Amino acid sequence: MVSGLINANPVIYEKKERRARTAPSAPHDEYAVEPIDQQEIFDHIRDIKDPEHPYSLEELKVITEEAVEVDDQQNYVRVTFTPTVEHCSMATIIGLCLRVKLMRSLPSRYKVDIRVAPGSHATETAVNKQLNDKERVAAALENPNLLDMVDECLAPSYD
Amino acid sequence: MAEATQLTRHIESYVDSSSSLTHQAATLNAIAALVKTDALPLQALVRELDMYLTTTDNVIRARGILLLAEVITRIESKPLDSAIIHSLVGFFKDRLVNWRAVRGALVGCLALIRRKSVVGMVTGSDATAIAQSFLQYMQVQSLGQYDRKLCFELLDCLLERYSDVVTTLGEDLIYGICEAIDAEKDPECLMLAFHIVESLAQLYPDSSGLLASFAKDVFDILEPYFPIHFTHPSSGDTPVQRDDLSKSLMSAFSSTPLFEPFVIPLLLEKLSSSLHSAKIDSLKYLRVCSSKYGAEKIAKYARAIWSSVKDTLSTYLGEPKFSFTIAPVDGIGFPENEIGIEALSLLQQLIVQNSKKKKLHAIGRILYITAKSTISSCNAVFENLFSRMMDDLGFSVSNADSFSNGDIFTSQRVKFGFLYLCIELLAGCKELIVGSDKPALQYVFEHETCCIMLHRFSTQLLNAFGSVLAVSAERCPLDPDIYIGVKGLQILATFQSDVFPIQKSIFENILNKIMSIIMEDFEKTILWESALKALCHVGSFVQMFHESEKAMSYRSLVVEKIVELLSLDDITLPFSLKVEALSNVGMTGRKNMLTILQGLGTAVLANLSKVHRNVRSSETAVQLLECYSCKLLPWIHENGGTEDFAVQFALDIWSQAGNCMDFSAPFVEKGLLDAIMKAMKLSVGSCVVESQNLIIQNAYSILSSHTNFQLKEVETLPLTPGKYDISLRDEGIISLFASVVVAVHPKTHIPDIRVLMHLFIITLLRGVVPVAQALGSILNKLVSTSNSAENSGDLTLEEALDVIFNTKICFSSTDMLQRCNGTSNGNEMVLTDICLGIANDRLLQINAICGLSWIGKGLLLRGHEKIKDITKIFMECLISGTKSALPLIKDSLENTEEQIQDPLVMKCAADAFHVLMSDSEVCLNRKFHATIRPLYKQRFFSSVMPIILQLITKSYSSLSRSFLYRAFAHIMSDTSMVAILSEAKKLIPVLLDCLSMLTEDIQDKDMLYGLLLVLSGMLTEKNGQEAVIENAHIIINCLIKLVDYPHKMLVRETAIQCLVALSELPHARIYPMRTQVLRAISTCLDDTKRAVRYEAVKCRQTWWVHNFFFIECVQFYLVQLLLYLPIFTFLLDLLIGRQCHPEVFISEVQYQLP
Repeated sequence: MVSGLINANPVIYEKKERRARTAPSAPHDEYAVEPIDQQEIFDHIRDIKDPEHPYSLEELKVITEEAVEVDDQQNYVRVTFTPTVEHCSMATIIGLCLRVKLMRSLPSRYKVDIRVAPGSHATETAVNKQLNDKERVAAALENPNLLDMVDECLAPSYD
Repeated sequence: MAEATQLTRHIESYVDSSSSLTHQAATLNAIAALVKTDALPLQALVRELDMYLTTTDNVIRARGILLLAEVITRIESKPLDSAIIHSLVGFFKDRLVNWRAVRGALVGCLALIRRKSVVGMVTGSDATAIAQSFLQYMQVQSLGQYDRKLCFELLDCLLERYSDVVTTLGEDLIYGICEAIDAEKDPECLMLAFHIVESLAQLYPDSSGLLASFAKDVFDILEPYFPIHFTHPSSGDTPVQRDDLSKSLMSAFSSTPLFEPFVIPLLLEKLSSSLHSAKIDSLKYLRVCSSKYGAEKIAKYARAIWSSVKDTLSTYLGEPKFSFTIAPVDGIGFPENEIGIEALSLLQQLIVQNSKKKKLHAIGRILYITAKSTISSCNAVFENLFSRMMDDLGFSVSNADSFSNGDIFTSQRVKFGFLYLCIELLAGCKELIVGSDKPALQYVFEHETCCIMLHRFSTQLLNAFGSVLAVSAERCPLDPDIYIGVKGLQILATFQSDVFPIQKSIFENILNKIMSIIMEDFEKTILWESALKALCHVGSFVQMFHESEKAMSYRSLVVEKIVELLSLDDITLPFSLKVEALSNVGMTGRKNMLTILQGLGTAVLANLSKVHRNVRSSETAVQLLECYSCKLLPWIHENGGTEDFAVQFALDIWSQAGNCMDFSAPFVEKGLLDAIMKAMKLSVGSCVVESQNLIIQNAYSILSSHTNFQLKEVETLPLTPGKYDISLRDEGIISLFASVVVAVHPKTHIPDIRVLMHLFIITLLRGVVPVAQALGSILNKLVSTSNSAENSGDLTLEEALDVIFNTKICFSSTDMLQRCNGTSNGNEMVLTDICLGIANDRLLQINAICGLSWIGKGLLLRGHEKIKDITKIFMECLISGTKSALPLIKDSLENTEEQIQDPLVMKCAADAFHVLMSDSEVCLNRKFHATIRPLYKQRFFSSVMPIILQLITKSYSSLSRSFLYRAFAHIMSDTSMVAILSEAKKLIPVLLDCLSMLTEDIQDKDMLYGLLLVLSGMLTEKNGQEAVIENAHIIINCLIKLVDYPHKMLVRETAIQCLVALSELPHARIYPMRTQVLRAISTCLDDTKRAVRYEAVKCRQTWWVHNFFFIECVQFYLVQLLLYLPIFTFLLDLLIGRQCHPEVFISEVQYQLP
């Protein structure tokens, strides 16, 4: 095991206040559609724990609400995340967590695209490629250690 | 030569360490004079000294070097050649290595460095060389005090005069300085050391520069010195005083914002120390630091600083000491006050520094608390700030009087910020006055600065607030903060008059201003609401403090005006707002409430009399009545008001009902009738028995005189539906009468009760529901024979039951006879017969069932046996078409042929169970004095449920079964969980069938939801687990059908929650269902409603995790097994190998993607 953390002293940011949704729909719009939006997707992933710190991705500003793009009509979601340090080897794990969480939370019609923010990582293209290659994602999840790690990171986001 | 020998002698005597100090100084001066007058060139001196400077005898060499250095010090104003300077620098800096000669070297370096440019100064490179040498060789802390001081002076000088070149030394410099200062204890040295840090900070001001990374280290060295603690005698001969040192440290602390992360927490910590000096220092330092660091840096500490300062203030100014008021409060002899003043000036600093709106709030709070804490602090704030704010607002102390009353400001002159602060200040001051209830203190207030100043400015403030209101509305109508003017007015109006008397005219002006907002600015909702709130606040304040004079003004200007508004039609203010204002103002006090009620009563009656002419007045009346029943009446009840008004109001309405009759005007609208009935019920319900008697007598006389009911004949003649055709107006009156009956106390005497019951039965058959409720209410409250010995004149319960169940109802009309096709007693039958459909008139039957349900409810609540018979009738309606096994109706049905009930009738019978079980707001509740037996629902449940379950299993027709389910659902939804849980095993299968039946009709969605809640209760309760486990499969199947129920979101959400609860069950039970559940849930992820989607995500995860957990367990056991049976390895792989792996799932999903 390599000793020491990749980023020993990350900057912790304040959590954004959870915006309350407007009052629950009155009986008359029982059939009104509430489309999946940016905030909803962000709510799914904001509480995912960082793989090496007991903080959420939101607290570390790895993800922000603005970094989520969603098109409900086209069934498309793109999440752009920013690793805390450029050489962060955890970037792939974080990306994997985001992918797994969205896969489990969104309807199957969605195509999920996870990528590292441009310029925020040393091996940006490699990470992006790895995260969006379904064979590699599947292979990664077959590794029980990796799967345990992902599940551990996802656990707080289900509370 | 003589000079040379003399020089040698001088040198000899100086170098000789045994000679006296004065002698040494004299010789030194002599030599210096020689050099200065050019009698002896410096080169010559050096040559002369040569031996002394290079000898191996340490003492003599040191003296020699010192001599040279001292001479150079003394000729600082003599111009020197740059070459000479350069060589001297080289000489001295090299000598720094040798600790024995270090003093001379230091003095020399210092002397050279200090030289001004006109007389030839050290070049930049030479200075760097000195600094380098110093940093490399000097161990400052190992030197004596004087040498250390020299070191620091040298460093200080270098930083001061050669800042540009020493900067290049970078880390070495900072490191060297840290090392030099570390653990320094001498005050003089420290003074220099602190100054060095300050200079250092100016060298590297960049926030990302070199110092940034060393800030922590540098500060760690400074930190132990705070607070400066001095053990030297304060007035001794030490040149440095504690205050100097403290100031110097303060400038070091505040020298760079880079220290901010360390300084502020330290200061805050020390602020709470018990040491006085620490506290004062902390406050001082905080003030200076916050001004130096800038608002942005300090902003994040604002809260912490504020709370510490608040604590400090409250500790040191908190106790209102009488000594304050006796002695002049100028701080002399009060160490506490010093702290208070420091704290205040810190606050002042913060205030000056910040001007943004966000900050304004913080400062406002600070001022508020400061003013609130004590008189002295309040005075201090007023003296320091209030007059300044007033100046900024445009009125100063000097010209305060020149502003005559009513002077209005131009809009540009109003400054929101200052006005806001003013208001906070006033609020604090007010709190202070209100909070101190000691009369002695109150007396003093009048002569306090704050009060005097307030007094002087009260008119101006009033005008300012007024004009700010006018301006604000135009600028930004959506920002609530903009309406501070209202708050200002409110505060001004709520000063206690015995402490701070504001003039009556000002008070009235304030009220007028607020009232004008109420009447005109109703379109600006926020302003209007805040104005109303302020008005109410002033009202309750006036009441609370018994300010009779103000109360009079309030009553005439506000209360009466608002009452007047009701009758004025020309004002554009919407009526709903009028009513809101009315109720709110009424709630300020009992006297006001009475006035308001009177006004309301008149308005209601006036509108009622116009109902038939004017549709609008009917709407108006409804609104007023709603306000009366929902707001005013409960308030009176809570605040112990008298019931006089309620009685009078009820009587007035009755007389008006009579008048309406005279005009032969029907109650035009159902809404109006409902509103009147509600108001009537609540009024009557809140009265005592005597008043109720009065009202009911009155009502009865109107019922008998103003309607077409022949009350006299009702009893003597048999009840005939021929008298059916009740006019709308009669129906209204009898409903109103019924509402009185519903609300009366059991002890209240109802006149002619037997006649009334007959009348009620007839009208009940016409479908007048309130009448049925009145019957139920009568039965609920009557005394039964066994314990009614005292007043035999009254009707007993048994007699009443007899009236209801045995009174024959005649059908005289011929068509009815034909339809009756010759039933039992020709054309006479009792109520229960009609319920069973013997009259063959569907509408009649439905009305009868509905009426019977209310009667039943009355009996059920008191726990009477008769309810069983009534229930049986309902059941009979539900199951007709099948052979009856119930003995009661067997007799009556003996002769009749089997008949199929109309579905509407069956539905009505099923819904009767809803009436029986649910808690009604309209009648038969505690508010209306009903007799309610504890646990009646459970009793009913346990007696009825077995029968219903039995009937459900027996019923063959799907129609009757569906209505039995309906009845079942009603009973289940209203029974407490405890009772249900004990029967859970039997109930769950039926309940599930019932759920799936209810999904068929969209009308039943609320019932479906109610029943689903029962199920979810069973799932979450521990006691229900066993039954749930047994039925897990069917429950899950049923829930899976409900998760996409399209008509109600709550149903879907609850169903998913139930599934989550089910995932807690033993894995062996639920494992087979997981595929189905996951499939169903995955469609819910795409639900139209967000709440459902969230629940679905959670549900999916729990089922997912359990799934894995289960497989792990199985794997574990199987592996154990495999140790003994290796032959089954490949079988195991087949069995679970692929099933549990996530990649199957992932690849599935992935390949579905476009």
